[in-house]
Amino acid sequence: MEKVGKIFKEHTMQIILFLVVIFFAITTKGQILSAMNFEALITQNAYVFILATGMFMCMLIKGNIDLSVGATVCLIDAIGAYMMINMGISVPVAMISMVVIGCLIGAVLGWLIAYLNIPPWIATLGGFLAFRGLGTKIVATASSTSSISVNDIKGFTNLFISHVPKEYCLWIGIVCCALFVILQVRARATKIKKGYEAESKGSLITRCVIICLIIMLFAIKYAGGIIDVKSFSDATGFAGFFVGKKGIGAILLAKQTSLGLPAVLIWVAVVLLIYDFIASKTVLGRYFYAMGGNMEATRLSGIDTKLVLFFAYLNMQFLSVIAGWASLAKLSTANAFIGQNYELDAISACIVGGVSAYGGSGSVFGMVVGAALIGVINLGMSIMSIDPNWQKVIKGVVLLAAVVFEIVNNRPKTKA
Amino acid sequence: MAKVILEMKNITKTFPGVKALDNVNLQVEEGEIHALVGENGAGKSTLMNVLSGIYPFGTYEGDIIYNGEVCKFNKIKDSEEKGIVIIHQELALIPYMSIGENMFLGNERGKAAAIDWNETYGEADKYLKMVGLADSSRTLVKELGTGKQQLVEIAKALAKHAKLLILDEPTSSLNEKDSKALLDLLLKFKKENGLTSIIISHKLNEVSYVADKITVVRDGSTIETLDKATTEISEDRIIKGMVGREITDRFPKRHDVQIGDINLEVKDWCVYHPLYPEKKVVDNVSFNVRKGEVVGIYGLMGAGRTELAMSIFGKSYGTGITGTMTLNGKEINLKNVKEAIKNKIAYVTEDRKGNGLVLNNPIKINTTLANLDAVSERSIIDKDKEYQVAVEYKDKLKTKTPSVEQNVGNLSGGNQQKVLLAKWMFAEPDVLLLDEPTRGIDVGAKYEIYCIINDLVKAGKSVVMISSELPETIGMSDRIYVMNEGKFVGELKQEDASQESIMACIMRSGRGE
Repeated sequence: MEKVGKIFKEHTMQIILFLVVIFFAITTKGQILSAMNFEALITQNAYVFILATGMFMCMLIKGNIDLSVGATVCLIDAIGAYMMINMGISVPVAMISMVVIGCLIGAVLGWLIAYLNIPPWIATLGGFLAFRGLGTKIVATASSTSSISVNDIKGFTNLFISHVPKEYCLWIGIVCCALFVILQVRARATKIKKGYEAESKGSLITRCVIICLIIMLFAIKYAGGIIDVKSFSDATGFAGFFVGKKGIGAILLAKQTSLGLPAVLIWVAVVLLIYDFIASKTVLGRYFYAMGGNMEATRLSGIDTKLVLFFAYLNMQFLSVIAGWASLAKLSTANAFIGQNYELDAISACIVGGVSAYGGSGSVFGMVVGAALIGVINLGMSIMSIDPNWQKVIKGVVLLAAVVFEIVNNRPKTKA
Repeated sequence: MAKVILEMKNITKTFPGVKALDNVNLQVEEGEIHALVGENGAGKSTLMNVLSGIYPFGTYEGDIIYNGEVCKFNKIKDSEEKGIVIIHQELALIPYMSIGENMFLGNERGKAAAIDWNETYGEADKYLKMVGLADSSRTLVKELGTGKQQLVEIAKALAKHAKLLILDEPTSSLNEKDSKALLDLLLKFKKENGLTSIIISHKLNEVSYVADKITVVRDGSTIETLDKATTEISEDRIIKGMVGREITDRFPKRHDVQIGDINLEVKDWCVYHPLYPEKKVVDNVSFNVRKGEVVGIYGLMGAGRTELAMSIFGKSYGTGITGTMTLNGKEINLKNVKEAIKNKIAYVTEDRKGNGLVLNNPIKINTTLANLDAVSERSIIDKDKEYQVAVEYKDKLKTKTPSVEQNVGNLSGGNQQKVLLAKWMFAEPDVLLLDEPTRGIDVGAKYEIYCIINDLVKAGKSVVMISSELPETIGMSDRIYVMNEGKFVGELKQEDASQESIMACIMRSGRGE
């Protein structure tokens, strides 16, 4: 029993996500699991995943946040659209310029925070106000409608809104699964070879199976299903629940219209993989965790804590640029409202994903689960056409519940 | 025979998985000073937390009989109403409030919601006078040194009409002079007001100085109560009760250690305070340490010892640092901590929780933090190697833990200190600056730390050991520098060093000779 409890405790958020999906699958009669909604989950939330990755790095250091990222998206998109449309600058040059400007902004904020000791939320609150003002001014100057459309710059938008044709999706899924299994098995084999404690075979297999099932579910959905609806039986009752036309089998596997694998998923996946690697495997990542645990001890261990803090904010703005690209391509116009509340979405994803609001703990994977949970709740509620005001209330409650849960869960059992 | 004011009968307190107190009995008579001694984790603080209502009635078994009635305290306020006041080890004063505000915090003077400030400060001044503090009660607490803050804590307790005062390690952050003053104050209150006190302390010389009775706690049980009136109490006698065996030698002998050439030499070292740049914290200090040598720096708290060590360690403290430093005959200028580590200097902090360890991280991560390059390749950490290193040091230093995956925060003080030492030993330094390496850890663990120091010098390292415990400084050092008010006021060889000769150096400098 103790073991089950431990598993539950360590994977609570994943289990909750699973239960929430089931809940919406029931209330929306399987609609939430349609290919279209798999597409929506990724394309509507791509910016959350990317921004929350940067926010996660900031929050690792003593729970710092960056309030300016949504405004940065607005400013960077305004500049990028202005360059591409009004100045006719080529796509690569414009994109590189966006990165350079984003990094400059990040350097200024990082310098204020790390070297002048300005509390992060104040420094970035300044950015929150200033960047949106600047961005709005640029679009207002550029056009009488206060928006710049980049719809015709296909060279730019297609980088994010195009799709990998659905014929390839199954194969991509299979390759990903194979890679995952090979890496996992190899890591365990090295441990055993070097004589270290390795996880049990059962846990390895369970993890591989679950992850591969999830990957394949996405692959099948993007491939537009694999079994013709007609081949499901007309049975009702118990059998129908599994193999009927409206049963689980049909919901998961039946053929549906699909556009293919959204390109933005590749961007998101690359960002997540890189940062997961940095956070969990590199010396730099270790510095972030150590600083969150004890700033002074880290400094006295010979680590340049100011430089790391500076880097966190520089990096946050760099990722804001990538999120800015994705948002501009998706919405196809730069205007005063782009990126609104993005910073709050990113912070919520981190908190719900178990990143400590006090710094020092959390993981990219946890954050992904948090972002997905919020994404699924959003999606499910809009399919059920719940009043948007109630949607906000529910999201607020979920956020608070996650923080309370984290604190109760991590409270030391013994007080001596 | 005096009246028994407090009796704790068969107290048992369990935490999940641990029996912290097992059938503990304690009897305190009115008007006595009763000391509780025991190794770290023996259960002294738990017992006092039961008494003061921090662990409410019902979470433990057994009875508390105070003034003849069985008490059921549900919160601290309940016990305070009866006159039982606890002063915790960590000072609990708010720095940006005045002494008066602190003293009546939660116990405000005045009517209804309005605070009567005249009464507050008037009363506060009265209590301050009782504890012999001349400062005005309107002074902000942050202006006071730790010695005075501890006196304010006592005044605060008196303001709550304390009849039984519990002091948890009251002198752990005080120097010897302030400690003496504090203990004398307790003796004075005992004599004049008949105040009963329970004092928890690791400092056995203080305990034997002040206490009428000493109760020894070991592994959650009371072992014995020694009465000064009937038995002769010596430190060795107390230690015997605490560890269950007699420690014939508190300091392990060093055998065949060759003292070699000068390793680190510091000349004319001056350091100024980072916030008040006109204040000189370290004043023209020169010293050296040889290979294979343990050099003790003895000084009272606030003498500038930590500041000296940290300023040497890559200027991690202070501004306007001047002076020269030579390492192995070569002059060096360390601009930051990284360069200090690269030049094989390590500073092991006195404040292991505050700036030594990352408490919410496991042992293995703490062990490698100062030398991550050694367990990584091209900035990617080899976690298997890291684990191996941590296990190696755990075995070497005999750290008691189920595994190196354990969070450091869950370890006892002595084991935390070992992890801290392991971290710096793994950085492979030639010179180790150890700042109070045995602060707040029990007798058994101290002995093990001394053994580690001996092993280090045996391997040709140089150790500079900062300490405010005289016996330790004399017992461990080959040479002793005495520091007072930022200056070095004496240098003694081990054979010339005694408590008297060291204190004489400080007294002489205090008189300006």
